[in-house]
Amino acid sequence: MGVESLPIMTTRRDAVLAWGQKNSLWPMPFGTACCAIEFMGVVSSVFDLARFGAELVRFSPRQADLLLVAGTVTFKQAPILKQIYEQMPDPKWVISMGVCASSGGFYNNYTVVQGIDQIIPVDVYISGCPPRPEAILEAVIKLQHKIENPQTTPVAQYMAKEPHFGF
Amino acid sequence: MIDTKTLLPRSSQGLDSAKHQEKKDLVMVNLGPSHPATHGTLRALLALDGETIAAAVTEIGYLHRGFEKDCEAHTFQQCIPYTDRLNYVSAIINNVGFCKAVERMLAVEVPERAIAIRVLTCELNRIIDHLVCAGANLVDIGALTNFWYTFNVREKVYNILEKLCGARLTSSYTRIGGLSRDVYPEFDVEVKAVLKEIRESVKQVKTLISTNRIFLDRTKGICVISKERAISYGWTGPTLRATGVEYDLRKSDPYYGYQDLKFDIPVGTIGDVYDRIFIRFYEIEESIHIIEQVLGKLPKGPVITADKRVALPPKQQTYGNIEGLMNHFKIIMHGICPAPGELYDFTEAANGELGFYIVADGSKNPYRVKCRPPCFMNFAAFGEMIEGSMVADAVANLGSINIIAGELDR
Amino acid sequence: MDGQVLLEKLTAKFPGAVKGSADRFGQLEIQLEAKSIADVVVYLRDDSEMAFNMLVDIAAIDYSAFPNHTGDRFGAVYLLKSLSLGHRAQLKVTAPEEKPEVPTISHLFANANWCEREAYDQIGIRFTGHPNLKRILNHHEFVGHPLRKDYPITRRQALSANESLMDEMAVRLKQRGWE
Repeated sequence: MGVESLPIMTTRRDAVLAWGQKNSLWPMPFGTACCAIEFMGVVSSVFDLARFGAELVRFSPRQADLLLVAGTVTFKQAPILKQIYEQMPDPKWVISMGVCASSGGFYNNYTVVQGIDQIIPVDVYISGCPPRPEAILEAVIKLQHKIENPQTTPVAQYMAKEPHFGF
Repeated sequence: MIDTKTLLPRSSQGLDSAKHQEKKDLVMVNLGPSHPATHGTLRALLALDGETIAAAVTEIGYLHRGFEKDCEAHTFQQCIPYTDRLNYVSAIINNVGFCKAVERMLAVEVPERAIAIRVLTCELNRIIDHLVCAGANLVDIGALTNFWYTFNVREKVYNILEKLCGARLTSSYTRIGGLSRDVYPEFDVEVKAVLKEIRESVKQVKTLISTNRIFLDRTKGICVISKERAISYGWTGPTLRATGVEYDLRKSDPYYGYQDLKFDIPVGTIGDVYDRIFIRFYEIEESIHIIEQVLGKLPKGPVITADKRVALPPKQQTYGNIEGLMNHFKIIMHGICPAPGELYDFTEAANGELGFYIVADGSKNPYRVKCRPPCFMNFAAFGEMIEGSMVADAVANLGSINIIAGELDR
Repeated sequence: MDGQVLLEKLTAKFPGAVKGSADRFGQLEIQLEAKSIADVVVYLRDDSEMAFNMLVDIAAIDYSAFPNHTGDRFGAVYLLKSLSLGHRAQLKVTAPEEKPEVPTISHLFANANWCEREAYDQIGIRFTGHPNLKRILNHHEFVGHPLRKDYPITRRQALSANESLMDEMAVRLKQRGWE
């Protein structure tokens, strides 16, 4: 009676953690504008984000691990976005949904933050005004891939190539 | 013997401020700007005495995206996508409102077919706006199932709008002088089918809520506003009609042939949350009537004016001969330049009177565009409406006045 | 009520207040002296023949870049409507750059409070007598009036922290009888 016949699966700790995290992302929709309506479309039954485990939409940052910034972030809103991000416990990920959140959109004016990555770090950007629900699903899948393979992200690969001093 | 009177909970409705002059510890709670019930970003600072709201102060501007300044920096045609993002759940109505004002300024005649399709798509957008409002409002009250019913049928309408305009939500369908493109061949059939589904959906939602004890307790008599107060606040649209004032711009200042269409205006009784939710269901029914009247009889003809100063020439002309190319170039680069003047024009949007006050100075960009958003007036009354009720009522009320932050803050 | 009839009645009732008129695509715009706006609006609201019971909007305009413009820099257009009689009125007042002040009508219409705050925030017209003339759309650390023609569109101003609103709350609590 060897180890193979016992009901045990062997794996690495990181892989198990990543598998759990990616399949149970609890999004916090920081919906400000039109993209929030498309996000509502993603969680409803036709496109169904619940298939990817991200069903439990939590409006409290303390109970969420995925911050989904959907919509334009203005300078008035920016301190609040930063506060919400800081209130979220680690590990956390950020998806910037729509062009307004990614780069300011077509609002190049006195009120709009030109991309939320000026304020908080972003993991996945979705372009579109608003992005189709399928694009949001693709972004969640990309994020799941990133969670599983953190060393394959572009930033990680760049950092691995040569030593960076004082960075 | 225990004196049960001291153990009974104090009634928190009808807070009598004369009896409570002594310093009390009021709890300050922020409702928003990041809150599931604040549709879009707005903030209400509440001073709570237990669960009752003693005083409320509201703050907006969290989604102020500089619409008016952007309009000054772009040509008239380029402003149309900006208008989409005003009331983003019913984008075509904003497009129509803006184009209508500019067309009046230019004295351009819009072809009949374009007008009929504008009426049809506006009413379809009105329906989906009311579905979002009702669905989101019911979710806030706790009735989650209705959200699926209303949003699923919205997806079907989105399929139609996507085939028509190219985008689900932010359509930019109208152009100055008409529409960007004609309807596709199966449009009539698909709209008829979706109207049936909308009726079915609304029936399901009404069945679930109209005799539900919890729903009635949470909405009847909650956050009432009187007719006079609503008029003083400049309310228009379904929220004003819910208070009992029979006023609809499609009947009082008709445009686009609304005077020839048969439809009723539903009117509420006292202006509580129940009235504001149910009036939207009746308005959906009326909008379906209007669409059915227009659908069978779309006039034939072009969908954009033949006026060369205003409308882009068809692609065969643009790529076929030099005059077409020059026409296209002139309109894109030098823009549509109305003569200097000022104009205020309005439409009945899903929330009320959506007006645009446009000042033109003879150049290709508008000199000033002031948008009159119906939500702005609705939300101005919010602080006053929720004082004296409980926090949960404030949340139910917020959904019922249908605040779309894109329109509120522009 | 026809625009011309309204103009004649106002000229008769408020001599000196009416400066002129202009045709705005079928709607007659009546130009008034800024200091008389409150009295005129009271008359328009309460008179039974006028019955303008709704303030539709206040549109503020900065005319400094308007071609061939002579006259004051700022204009404010008051759009009124009568629900019972169906007619509309358009009143315009102007204010010079050195002293951009117009009396408030926030005690006459409940929505004038916010409309005037927005006109102040975006264009910079001060409404004298307004109970709470604060910014409404831009954040509280914003300097300048963005819809003025000399404000460049891409001049961004960051906000360090949102305001607590306790100043407004203290006033409101007092109004509601809480000390």
